Amino acid sequence: MVVGGFGNLMAESVRVDDRWLMDRASTGVDEVSTAQGGDLPARTAAAVVAGNLAAKLSKVAGGGGGIIGGRVTLALDPNALGRLCRDRTVALVTGTNGKTTTTMMLARAMSVLQPVATNHSGANMPDGLVAALSTDQAAPLAVLEIDENYLPKISDAVQPAVIVLLNLSRDQMDRVGEVRHTERNLRTAIARLRDTTVVANCDDVLVTSAATEADSVIWVSAGGNWRGDSTSCPRCGMRVHVCVTDGTVTDWYCDCGFRRPTPTWAVREGLMTTPSGECFELALRLPGSANEADATLALAAATHLSVPLKPALDRIRTITGVGGRYTTVSRNGRIVRILLAKNPAGWAETLPLLREDTSRPIIIAVNGREADGRDLSWLWDIPFEQLAGRQVLATGERSADLAVRLTYAGVQHTHVPDPYQAIDGVDPGSVELVANYTAFRDLKSGLSNGA
Amino acid sequence: MVHDSVVRIGLVLPDVLGTYGDSGNATVLLKRLEWRGIRGEVVQLGVGDPVPNSLDIYLLGGGEDRAQTLAVSHLTEHPGMQQAAANGAVVMAVCAGLQILGEDFTGSDGVTHGGLGLLDVRTTPGSSTRAVGELLTLPDKELFADPMTGFENHQGHTQLGASARPLSRVVYGTGNGEGHDGAYQGHVLGTYMHGPVLARNPAFADLMLTWAVGSPLAPIDIPAISQLRNERRRAVQQMANRRKRLLRF
Repeated sequence: MVVGGFGNLMAESVRVDDRWLMDRASTGVDEVSTAQGGDLPARTAAAVVAGNLAAKLSKVAGGGGGIIGGRVTLALDPNALGRLCRDRTVALVTGTNGKTTTTMMLARAMSVLQPVATNHSGANMPDGLVAALSTDQAAPLAVLEIDENYLPKISDAVQPAVIVLLNLSRDQMDRVGEVRHTERNLRTAIARLRDTTVVANCDDVLVTSAATEADSVIWVSAGGNWRGDSTSCPRCGMRVHVCVTDGTVTDWYCDCGFRRPTPTWAVREGLMTTPSGECFELALRLPGSANEADATLALAAATHLSVPLKPALDRIRTITGVGGRYTTVSRNGRIVRILLAKNPAGWAETLPLLREDTSRPIIIAVNGREADGRDLSWLWDIPFEQLAGRQVLATGERSADLAVRLTYAGVQHTHVPDPYQAIDGVDPGSVELVANYTAFRDLKSGLSNGA
Repeated sequence: MVHDSVVRIGLVLPDVLGTYGDSGNATVLLKRLEWRGIRGEVVQLGVGDPVPNSLDIYLLGGGEDRAQTLAVSHLTEHPGMQQAAANGAVVMAVCAGLQILGEDFTGSDGVTHGGLGLLDVRTTPGSSTRAVGELLTLPDKELFADPMTGFENHQGHTQLGASARPLSRVVYGTGNGEGHDGAYQGHVLGTYMHGPVLARNPAFADLMLTWAVGSPLAPIDIPAISQLRNERRRAVQQMANRRKRLLRF
């Protein structure tokens, strides 16, 4: 009878694998499986229950909850990620900058069709993903932000329908190594996938190199102001020739034959062109060309997954802030707009935003913790010279490094290590606050809690 | 060396040897000339560009293995920098740039490549863990007195031959892997302190400028730089304390 029982199970589902059978046979927690996870394998279901319980306990104890839960689940079932994605249509979003924003945009767009599970807290490593998927098991769609250095492991486990590849540039080199190494890992991972469509920014040389290996690619001309990592060819090492018209990259190529593919989507100055040649004004409420690039990539991915374009764009337009980015906070009569810029490419998109109102003081907050990268050399790849003549304050735990950089850039500035004192040090009115990762995170929560 | 009214600084192959802020060294040199009323000029020498032998200072940055072999073949084909060095021009290289100035270097794939031969050093892959973190050293007394502070991120193990002298002795960090950091030979200098090493070490920058200008330069006191140097030195002291290590000055 036992054998017959297994036979019936196998007939019911073609996705049953041996491990699933072993788990089911050995643990005997079928009830849990049915109650919690629909048709999740028992081991995964039990692991998810334990993880969700741990998350609740952690929240009660004053912790963040989610990631702890994800860790517990993964410890009990190392394959939980793949199993939690097995019955969903999954889109992964990765790249150096804009992951959180694009993930939110794509999740909003996909929600036109069906409920979407997403890691909107920006927890983009396996534990964070498992946490997000565990708390939203019924959603048939998943849009997941992935740390670019974890993509190979995660895409192997998840076998996504779509990967959105935004951009690749130097970031936290002391922790993750050179971006060219990251590109090679992505390239290998993408080459292993079958039936995955990659939506990629063809104006980014490194992104193009990685995405070219995919079975199917949708090329998007999404632009980008940072070209410091596109100077030499990722395929042969020689110089990449770049054609620039009116400050915009229109083509690039290497003598080895590697060159920019022809895009089917494009965006310039707020106007997006679709594959059918239709033109739309994006009219986002988020500022700047980086958000327009992210929106176009999200829309290309969404329409590939059968979301009608216009409702998708309408949903994206509802976004006014992403995890505290671009939002303004008041403190003692200062109206502070908080911007995140954590590497040279991020700064290349931020500098134009700072030109919107040149009367505003600019506070720059720099930390150098593990999550920021302890090496502050990247400050020297940012053309701070452009801020000459503005009122600038250097703040944060590594503001001494910034003060030296600003000195050599010829930018007069005040050095106030404490960021709250820096804010109070400018005249009441609007002020720009640009912070790198942990400085941004701490100030965002500190300012919204009235610190 | 004798020189006319403009100090010309070559940024050598920034398109392939330009990891993470390396071009900042040119910014520092230019500004320190400007503050003293001396004219300076930065010349970008990209892949494919001929390398003039008429510049006063040549700067090389960091990069990956492939960038190194590409740089060697380009600079061998266009030997302007080596000709200038033979006539006393200043050459300063960080990290991967230091390695290619040597006699030879062995990449992570185990293949040994000939270098440019400006420094009597040889580099092989070091231990399996990368040297990543703050580096604090004491320079050769012949050069300048102030301790050197920087950040290293490499896996190379560099050994000096008889003609090269160590640039500095390691107080904290890894450097070459044998107790010293970098090397110098005449006016050719190399260090594992990557990125904008001159930003944190104004005495090092001024040594190069003094050589290039050919006469002593007026001192410049910038409190922001002293503050940064003190802060980094304290940070190193704290890390050493945590690891229960005594710093040997």
